[in-house]
Order: sequence, then C-alpha cells, then structure tokens
Amino acid sequence: MKARLPFLVFLGLLALGPSLLPEFYVTLLNYIGLYSIVTLGLVLLTGVGGLTSFGQAAFVGLGAYATGYLTTAYAVSPWLALLVGLAVTAAVALILGFLTLRLSGHYLPLGTIAWGLSLYFLFGNLEFLGGHTGLTGIPVLELAGFKLDTGREFYYLIWAALLGAMLATQNLLDSREGRAIRALKGGGLMAESMGVNTARTKTIIFLIAALFACVSGWLYAHLQRFVNPTPFGLHIGIEYLFMAVVGGAAHVWGALVGAGLITILKQWLQDVLPKIFGQSGNFEVIFFGIMLILVLQRAREGIWPWLVRLVPVRQGQRTVAEAEALPRREMPVAGTVLLEVKDARKQFGGLVANNNMNLTVKAGEVMALIGPNGAGKSTMFNCISGVDPVTSGEIRFLGERVDALTSREIARRGMGRTFQHVRLLPTMSVLENVAIGAHLRGSKGVLSASLHLERAEEARLLAEAKRQLERVGLGEHLFDEAGSLPLGQQRILEIARALCSDPCLLLLDEPAAGLRYLEKQSLAELLRKLRSQGMGILLVEHDMDFVMGLADRVVVMEFGEKISEGLPEEVQNDPIVLEAYLGGVE
Amino acid sequence: MDLQIALLLGQDGIVNGAIYALLALALVLVFAVTRVIFIPQGEFVAYGALTLAAFQAGKTPGTLWLLLGAGALVALIDTVIAVRAGALGRLKRIALWDLVLPAVVAGLVLWLEPGDLPLVAQVALSLAIVVPLGPMVYRLAYQPLAEASVLVLLIVSVAVHLALVGLGLLFFGAEGSRTTPFSEAQFNLGTLTVNGQTLWVLGASAVLIVALYQFFGRTLYGKALRATAINRVGARLMGISTTMAGKLSFTLAAGIGALSGILIAPITTVYYDTGFLVGLKGFVAAIIAGLVSYPLAAAGAILVGLLESFSSFWASAFKEVIVFTLIIPVLVWRSLTSHHVEEEE
Amino acid sequence: MTTPILEIRELCVSYGKVEALHHINLKVSAGQIVTVIGPNGAGKTTMLSAIMGLLPSKGEIEFQGEVQRNIEVEHLVAMGMTLVPEKRELFGEMSVEDNLLLGAFQRYRHGDRDEGKTMDQVFGTFPRLKERRMQLAGTLSGGERQMLAVGRALMAKPKLLMLDEPSLGLAPLIVREIFHIIADLKKTGVAILLVEQNARAALQIADYGYVLETGSVALEGDSRQLADDPRVVETYLGLGGSGAIKKE
Repeated sequence: MKARLPFLVFLGLLALGPSLLPEFYVTLLNYIGLYSIVTLGLVLLTGVGGLTSFGQAAFVGLGAYATGYLTTAYAVSPWLALLVGLAVTAAVALILGFLTLRLSGHYLPLGTIAWGLSLYFLFGNLEFLGGHTGLTGIPVLELAGFKLDTGREFYYLIWAALLGAMLATQNLLDSREGRAIRALKGGGLMAESMGVNTARTKTIIFLIAALFACVSGWLYAHLQRFVNPTPFGLHIGIEYLFMAVVGGAAHVWGALVGAGLITILKQWLQDVLPKIFGQSGNFEVIFFGIMLILVLQRAREGIWPWLVRLVPVRQGQRTVAEAEALPRREMPVAGTVLLEVKDARKQFGGLVANNNMNLTVKAGEVMALIGPNGAGKSTMFNCISGVDPVTSGEIRFLGERVDALTSREIARRGMGRTFQHVRLLPTMSVLENVAIGAHLRGSKGVLSASLHLERAEEARLLAEAKRQLERVGLGEHLFDEAGSLPLGQQRILEIARALCSDPCLLLLDEPAAGLRYLEKQSLAELLRKLRSQGMGILLVEHDMDFVMGLADRVVVMEFGEKISEGLPEEVQNDPIVLEAYLGGVE
Repeated sequence: MDLQIALLLGQDGIVNGAIYALLALALVLVFAVTRVIFIPQGEFVAYGALTLAAFQAGKTPGTLWLLLGAGALVALIDTVIAVRAGALGRLKRIALWDLVLPAVVAGLVLWLEPGDLPLVAQVALSLAIVVPLGPMVYRLAYQPLAEASVLVLLIVSVAVHLALVGLGLLFFGAEGSRTTPFSEAQFNLGTLTVNGQTLWVLGASAVLIVALYQFFGRTLYGKALRATAINRVGARLMGISTTMAGKLSFTLAAGIGALSGILIAPITTVYYDTGFLVGLKGFVAAIIAGLVSYPLAAAGAILVGLLESFSSFWASAFKEVIVFTLIIPVLVWRSLTSHHVEEEE
Repeated sequence: MTTPILEIRELCVSYGKVEALHHINLKVSAGQIVTVIGPNGAGKTTMLSAIMGLLPSKGEIEFQGEVQRNIEVEHLVAMGMTLVPEKRELFGEMSVEDNLLLGAFQRYRHGDRDEGKTMDQVFGTFPRLKERRMQLAGTLSGGERQMLAVGRALMAKPKLLMLDEPSLGLAPLIVREIFHIIADLKKTGVAILLVEQNARAALQIADYGYVLETGSVALEGDSRQLADDPRVVETYLGLGGSGAIKKE
C-alpha cells in the first residue's frame, strides 16, 4: 500500500482543489485537465505506439463542433451530442487512419499535418459552423439534474474524465492487447511473427487517441459555452505533442505532467516577463522555446521518468498467480512431414540469397541447417516464417502452402521462431516479453482490457509465460528488464517466447551463440525433450559440437544453395563440406 | 479562367515553386545528415528578408545582436568543454569563428552605412549576419541531442522555431516589409508580362541548385556530407565527424533559407512569421521526395507552387485545405511504392 | 616483442546493465598480425567497436604510446587507426573512387593532399577496383565490396588496420585472395588486428592469437601453438577432429 500513498495524497488534494483555490487556479487546472486528456491519447499513440501525430487538435475540434452545432441548431441533449461526436470522430479517424496509417516512417507526421490543417480550415470556412466567429450559446451541461455552470463544478467532471481515461489506458497497456501496442515501436516485425495484427493495433490506438481528443473537445465546448476554430489549429496540435514529449511520451503520467508543466510555464512566463522586460515584445514565446530545448537536453525522455528516478521506489517482489493451463494444440504424430521447402529462391534486387533450396522437417526430429556466415541461412528462415517471402518456389507447412501467407498467419498455424539478431522489447519485463508469444492463445479485446475484465485470461497467459520461462531456466528473471539479460540469455528468452505460442515446429536461429558450456548442455537437453514430445525443430547453429550432438539430419548451405545433406556423420566427412566450411588458405 | 490568367497563375506558381524547391533541398539535406526535421528553416527565410529590409530602411537589424550573443554563448560553452577536456588547441578556432567573425561583421555593419551601399553589398552583409546563425543554432540546440530520437529532435525543432519567431517579432516588429527589386525591368512574352524579379528568382534558384550539385559531386566536403547521409557509421569510420557534418549542413540550410528570403522579399511582403508556412510547403515538397531524393524534392516543390497558385484563384478560402489535402494521395502513393523494411530505430 | 602500437588493458564494455566484455588485455605490435577468434556472440565486434571509440568502454587503450582519453573516432582515424567493419559500411550510392577518396578525408583535412598516389597504390593492390572505379559501390559483388572496404581503410595510410570478419559471406577462393592480401599488407609495416570466425585461415596468417569466449579471453598464444591446442581444435577447427563429435 505504501506505493499507493503518493497517489492517494494526489487524489485528496485534487478533490479539495476547487474549495481551496482561487478562481484563476481552478480555471488553470481545468485547462490542464482538458489538455491532459488529449495528451494522454498522444502518449498512447506517439510515445508508446511510435506514431507521431500533429493533428490531434482537429479531433478536439470535431468533438467541440459536434456538440456545439447539435445543441445550438437542434437543441439536442449534450450527452446525445457526445455520442454523435464520438461516432463522427470514430468515422473520420477510421478514414484518416486508413489513408495515413499505412504511410511509413516520416510520411505519417506530414499526413497528420495535412489533415490537421485541412480540418482546421474547414471549421473556419463552413457556413453552418459559424465560420471564423464560431458558435455561441452552447448550453450548460447537466449531470443528474445538477447544472455544471461554473468552473468549480465543471472541474470534477473534467478530472473524473481524465482519471478514468488514465486508468483505462494504464489497464490497457498492462494486458495482452497492451503488450501488442507496446511492441509496435521497435518490435513490429517480431510482433507480426508472434501473430499480432500490427495494422489493426495501430488503427486501434489511433482511434483511442482520437476519441480521447473528442471527449476533451466536448468538455471544452460546454465549459467555454462557445467554440471557434482557433484552438483546433495546427499550432495547438503541435503543442499537444510538446506536452507529451516534455512530460514523458512513453508514460501515462507523463501526459499529466507535460500538460501541467507547459500550461503553467506559459502562464507564468506571461505573468513574469512583462514585469521584467516591460509590455513590449513577445518574450514568453522566446523563453518558452529556449526552456523546452533545455528541458529536452537535460531529460530527453521527458520529465516523468526523470522524476521517477529522483524518487527511488523499491519494487516489491511481484508474483505470478497460478492459473489453469491454456488449451494446447494437438501435436502431429512423430514422423509426419511438418515442413517442406521446394525449389525455394529468394532474390534481393540482383542478389540471389537463396537458390534451389529443398528441405523437409518432420515431427519429432531436429534438422540442422549449417553453413558459413552469410550463406543465406537466416534468409531461408525468413522465407519459411513469412517474414520476407520467397521470390519463387513452394513452402508447405502441415501440407498447406504457406509461401503467400503473412508471418502472422503462419504463426497461427503452429510455427514458432527465434531471431538471429535478438528481437525483444528491452525495457519490458522478461515475463511480458514471453507473454507476447502467447498472443494468439488469448482473445479478449481492448475494451475488456481497459476495464480489466480479462484478468482470468490474462492470468492464464502470464502463468503460461512463467511456465515456459521456468522450463528454459529463466525462472529467476521473470520481472527483470529483458534488456538487462546477457545476450545468450536473451536468445533463450526468445525460445521461451516461441514455445509460448504452443508451436509444433520450432525455428531456432543460433540459439547457442553466447552461451557458456553448461548453459549449452541444458539447452541441448531441453531441445531433446521437446523432440521426444513430437516437436519438429529446424536449427541454425555454428557450434558444431552442439549441432552434431543433437541433430538427426543436417543440411549444409553455401552461397544460398544446398551443397550437402544427410546424417551428421555423412555430412562431416563430405569433402565439399570440409572445403566450404573450413575454408583454409592454401 | 482565360489563358492570360492561367499563364499568370502558372508564373506565380513556378516562382513560388522555385523557392519551395530551394527550401526543400535544404530540408532534405539537413534531415539526411542529421535526422533533424528543420522546421526553423522558415525563420531563416524571414531573417534574410527582414535583415535586408532593415538595411534598406537605414536601421541596424536585431539579428546582428543575435549573432553576437549566440556567438558568445557558443564560445563560452565550447571553451568550458575544451578546458575540461584539456584540449586547449581548440580555443583558437572557437575564438575565430564564434567571437572574431561576428565582431568583424558587426564592425562592418556599424562602420559602413549599409543603407547607402549598393544592393549586392547589402545582400552580402545580410548573409554574413544570418548564415553563421545556422551552425550556431545547431551547436546550441541540436548537438547535445545528436543521438536522440527523430521525435525528440522534431520537438526541439518546433521549440527552436518558436524561439526564433519570437525573436523575429522582437527584432523586426509586427509590420511586414518589402525590399527594392533587384531589377525593375519587364518583359513581354506574347500576352504575358514577366517581371525582372521573377527572372532573378528563377535564375538564382537555378544557379544555386547547380552550385549545390557541384558541391556534392565535386568537393571532398560535399562528398563527406553525402557519405554521412548514406551511412553514418561508415562516415565516422573515415573520420568524418557527425558534429562537423551537422554544422556544415546547417550552414548550407541557413544560407539557402536566407537567400530565398532575400529573393522573395521584393515580390511579397515578408512578416516576422511568414517563414513558417513557406517552410511548411518546402517541407511538403521534401516529404514528397521521401526526404531523400533531391530531384524529386524540386519536382514536388514546383507541384506545390502550382497547386497553391491555382487553388488560390478558384477557392482562395480553401487554398491551404486543397494544397495539404491533395498531398495525401501523393504520400500514399509514395509510401506504397517505396519498399520500406521495418528496422528498429 | 617491440613496443606495441596498440595495447589495451582491462577493457570492459557494458550494454546497459549487461557486461559484454570482461577485462580484456591485448597487444598488437608494428608489422604484426594479431588475430582474435571466437564463436558468434563472443564479443569480438564489440571489442573492435570499443577500441575504435564507437562504444563507451572502461579500461585503458593505449595507441602509439599515448593513452586515449575521451576517445573520439575522428581523432583515432587521424592518428592512424582504421577499422574495416563486419558490415563493410560502404557508401553504396557513391562510386568506388569516391568511396576511396573519403577514406583519405582526415588526411585531406590535415593538409595531406597525396591521396592520388595512395589511390594508385590501392589500385595496385586491388586491380579489380581500378576496373570498377566509376561503378557505384552498392553494385559490387561481395568480394569486391570487401576489397573496397579494405582499400578505403588503406587510403587513410593507417598504422593499425583492424579487420572484422573479412571472410564473412565470401567464396573460399575470394577468402583465400583476401587473406593473401592481408598477409602481404603486413610486409608494408602496418599492424593488423584481425577478428575472424574462420579460425583456421586466421591462425595461418597471424603471428599471435587470442581466443575470445563469452566476453573474456579464454586462451592466447603464438598462432602456431594455438592452432595445435586441442581445445581450439575441438571447438573452432571442429569437424572430423579429435573425437569432438559425440552422438547421443
């Protein structure tokens, strides 16, 4: 409970605020609350999801104008207008999301500038929205017969909405869907390989951020009781982004800190500077700019993480509750052909990375793929797992052609993999990283996650992740940051993550690299056990001792082609292999 | 619309497009070398134009004080760092670039009466004040964050933009200015009247683009900048420092920006905050080029210029809506055709 | 042994909380080829990056008798240290000739305008690069890329040349050619630090060798002794040797 104490104090102060503070500060806090709601959406979208948007102010405008227009022109209830506003915002966001979310890299921010500006100019130029003068006479909000006609009363609604949104966001991030969202930035390819539909996940956070903005706009309209286009322009959109980045774009509390700091800073500069420099000149914007630069140079992750570092909080030992095991896939009978690669060819521009590759993997066997560095083994892995599909040829998994499927669909069919260059989310815990592997074994969506109605399923997923981690020998490290493990153990973590998806075929890319002797032995032991349970394993590895002691069959590659295949002993004595693999100067 | 108007609009569009092209080139350059989306580019446009206008109005431009102040600040910071690292050999260069050079420029401005000088000298003095601000801004705002994410650098850019706009208002006031045209000549091509200044803009843009092309293709420093843009690690291994490349690219960008401002100042009234939208359209052109290709950026800029001038005729209230909305299909097309393999950033 | 041109003492490198290199000690003398062999993930590339100043490290790096503090890549290049990285890091959209020219950037900056002559020497070593001098680096074959990467490093007239896996992804014939060239370079007096997975080839041309395993030096010694050491034979020269293969 100790960890909760600062939060409870914060809540108490918040509740007392309006009765203690002068009008001016209540108004300031109201605006901080309104801005925080929008910024919170940006935290989710930009800070966590990695999608930069300049256009959030336009969504605030949609919420404000929807209620402004409906309540003044048709005398609709503000609450109904909120629903309509949300619906309109959702529709607009879906269309814009469809158009702009597929923009890669730096196109996306420009795309958001484009529609941010366009919507802003529309607000100012549409006759029925009152043009640049805007709409006046927006009615007072009534809540359960109680009129919210002063800032002091409205305060509670704003902060209730903000705290609700923060709680929902925090809940969401701490869930199956939340892990998928957190994987978007820097782990999209990995997440797709674990079965996450990243395009859908991006759309979801875009939608949530837009809806938060819309709610803020609705509140704003009824607080101000009039709307005009000014607060919905591009420069305000940029300011929201400021708030997120300065507060700490990757943290829920960063939204509040950023919105608070920037709002107060601007207000303070406006009060203080004229007293120093006289009335002339627009000094606050100069100081504001310079202070922001200094803040970012000191704390480039934003203020919140910096604050958290100042207050050392001792992490209580967390535990993973026992839960019913997840249902398992039926394993194919040992000896069934799981994977069949026929005449596969992969070309990057003019460079042929794989040519004429043929191989099979059966259930209950370890097939090793060896060859010098750069022979095309990892390319083959990417072709098989759908990360980077073959140029021509056929790949069959469990008898079905999969060479045209996405990595996500292939994962769903029971193929799990690790990556040569470890792909995990270094600041996420080991447990959560592994739980991403079980993504397809859960089904609860965003809504139940925000309300934490999916705790039973979540417990099963985490219990499964824990089980797999214990199985590979990382049970001690459940709550460590994944990035803090030595590289060798990060590779082992990837195996646990792959196992978490309950695969029948496991693709392991150099699992033993960076491991010590004893660790290698226990890894070999684990793989033998998996094999005896009917798992098919395709293994790329350089440690010959490891490979030859484990593999049932070996395929040797060089320059993208198969140069030899057979039992380990046969391959070892093949003169072509000796030449290719050992090199030599004479 | 008749042919006459269409030609006139076309001419307008191409002139604006030429300026956007210059800005787009600078933006592409800065981004490729430093990963900074250089939003303050527009302020260099305004500073260039308004510094020249101040000379012509017989005033001392405030940018001169900014140059002296920023130079002193850079010198102070770099001196502290050099002393701490025990690298006293750097002090001479710091003094030369950050103290002596601004002082010489200030001396010239205060000693000569720039208002009475020929235009060429006024332009040269304006550039001498504004261009060194480029590397100084890099040093002060961006260099400490050189390894930060694109998002953080972008936010810093916005902050720099705000500070510079605020300073612009302080230096030049809220009223706009125009400068005397480089040439009063007018030419008649059939029914179309072409202003001398139009030709100046087009000619100067073309010369500048060719000069940049030569710089990147022929000189070792130009190649070093390209190398940094293509492969940062590779460039560092050749001893091309990220800081040097950053300062050099900011110098070029500031030069291009200031010159663009000087070129358009006789045609349009420039205000302290004119730069932002001008820069934004250059940015649009740059993004069309995916922030990588110079020829595409130039083509995109002409497209933006034409789009702007024609839409201002048909629906001037919706001018910006049209310009920015029509960009979306272009972006979608660019994004679909350019194969982009996700890599962690 | 003469005074070493490079001596590193107790070098440690960490990624976040993980220490990837533990207390490495290593020496390279002028005119010597020293090789560091070891499996993938042992920390070989990390070590080179740290020496070159691309990664922060703890410990002491002494280059040409001068202990390097506040290591800056640019400074080390100017002093005569070059690295040919594992990924080559060429300027793909620039010509072979421009790539080579940029190799001389630091020299040029310090007033040495002799790059034309050096380029002729490089073309003498790699005649194939001369044939392709106008071609874009990105269009070269794997072997040519490696040659360009080495040639570009030589343009800096290095005192110490560090090579990271020069055999990576190359056909045996090309590997042979590259290794012959490396052996020849030694005669020009440049010191070479060669990081390789291809242990046999590396030990054949090297004077001295270190075996790196999970971030530490597991073995070191004269390269001929090292090549005969049963532990090396077993782990790295592997296949077909000395009962290393146990089938369960």
